[in-house]
Amino acid sequence: MAIIEAKGLAYAYPGRTNHSIKDLSMTIERGEFVILTGPSGCGKTTLCRCFNGLIPHFYGGKLEGDLTVAGLNVPGHSINELASRVGLVFQNPENQLFALSVEKDVAFGLENLGMPREEIRKRVDWALKTTGIEDLRERAPHELSGGQQQRVAIACVLAMQPDVMVLDEPTSFLDPLGAQRIFEVINGLNKKLGITVILVEHRLDLASRYADHVIIMDKGKIILDGEPRKIFDSEEARLIGVGIPKVTRLYQFLKEQGVLLGKVPVASEEASQLLREVLVRDRG
Amino acid sequence: MIEVKDLYFTYPNGVEALKGVSLTINDGKFVAIMGQNGAGKTTLVKHFNGLLKPTRGEVLVDGVSTKRASVAQLARKVGFVFQNPDHQLFCETVQEEITFALRNFGFKETTIKRRVTWALNLLGLTQYRQTSPFMLSGGERKRVALASVLAWNPEVVILDEPTIGQDYQQKETLRQFIVQLNAQGKTVVVVTHDVEFVAECGPRVVLMLQGRILAEGKAEEVLTDPSLVAQASIVPPQITQTFLGLTDLGLPTNVINVHDASRILLNILEVTQ
Repeated sequence: MAIIEAKGLAYAYPGRTNHSIKDLSMTIERGEFVILTGPSGCGKTTLCRCFNGLIPHFYGGKLEGDLTVAGLNVPGHSINELASRVGLVFQNPENQLFALSVEKDVAFGLENLGMPREEIRKRVDWALKTTGIEDLRERAPHELSGGQQQRVAIACVLAMQPDVMVLDEPTSFLDPLGAQRIFEVINGLNKKLGITVILVEHRLDLASRYADHVIIMDKGKIILDGEPRKIFDSEEARLIGVGIPKVTRLYQFLKEQGVLLGKVPVASEEASQLLREVLVRDRG
Repeated sequence: MIEVKDLYFTYPNGVEALKGVSLTINDGKFVAIMGQNGAGKTTLVKHFNGLLKPTRGEVLVDGVSTKRASVAQLARKVGFVFQNPDHQLFCETVQEEITFALRNFGFKETTIKRRVTWALNLLGLTQYRQTSPFMLSGGERKRVALASVLAWNPEVVILDEPTIGQDYQQKETLRQFIVQLNAQGKTVVVVTHDVEFVAECGPRVVLMLQGRILAEGKAEEVLTDPSLVAQASIVPPQITQTFLGLTDLGLPTNVINVHDASRILLNILEVTQ
């Protein structure tokens, strides 16, 4: 079942003549883990802002075409209504955190919805536990490391128990191990809780293994949309200069020389396994 | 040449960011300083042009202690490109931005004109000569920051996290550019935790952990030691991980980039081109 459906979507920021997204149509199914990528300035962030109604309600201007998210028509519903269905985690967690303790930050969205006290307490405990930051409960968010702040930002959004989580480059300030841990937290939310995840990311070497759907944008349009292996192996993805996983590149180099692996790898373990098959066969 | 001798640095708030770092960077070298968030990487390189002065120990640039030289004197030799270009840019046009330092260093007007044109051209910014830096995209602002430093032709170029917020194409352009600078004899120091970028560039790697140097060596030696890089909160390059899963078949463990990987595999499989 589709949880996000866009048809002929177009948008220009107020005061700008050129459209940041145009003629954009796509479908995201409930429970998918989607990677949204493309060159800087391709319109990824603009599209994310449409999902929870920041566009058009906060940024102004007119959103043309149709956009339905979790059964709600976006232009026809307020940010408030949309926020409980779609959570947005920003690139820089500092733009999102402001309270004096982690607990208060996580509770803020729920208080705003006017939820009963007991329910808030339950949800905050659950969100802190799920993101692995129970021990940070009393700490001030601005004193935490980048990785910890990023988890707090995710917990804030998670506490709202959204159907969809949109994460805009949530690890760009983190070291690789920190980034990998965040991706694992996000993957857990997707696989265990069935939350639909839309991850905006350039670091495809680390993130691709979790995805079951990849969308590539360029100049405000979707140019590739489908199964990750197919997309990463396509000529178009290479030409547009998307940083496809190194093991996928290796697959392509070998294929050019007549060595064909069983399938297109996106993660290192499966690349090892596929190479093993070829190497063992060669020896046998 | 930059010599760091038993360097300690404590910030005014009491945080001890460097705890006895010793390191030599010879002329013409290409070094990547890597490690987890908060390991002291940026603090270390800020000593190279005197932005920070040692609490204990010393840093020598071409034999002169940074304690006895001003930032202005050191900057002539050591150019620093900040992580966030907005911490560096302030002029009304791109041209003024690049002119500013040259004028401060007392270059002649004719030289300034020539250098500005050269730098704009080098980084593909000529069309933005009269544009405000703040009207440009993040990637373009980073290029303006780099152009303004390269314009005065420093011997050492320090780039703090140059790949953050850059897409693949921009990173590839940057990589080619760094390799070119280094080939022209410049010393290049990159602070980064972008493992795949380093794997493609192949510099010397210095791994830092909690204010100390954990390891130093060739990229293919340091980045292929899983327990070592894990301590520094880094994961080995994807290609390395793939090869480490095949050691029982006798595959080498020190492969970091996709070009070497495919060459080695094709050799084993005896595929003739």
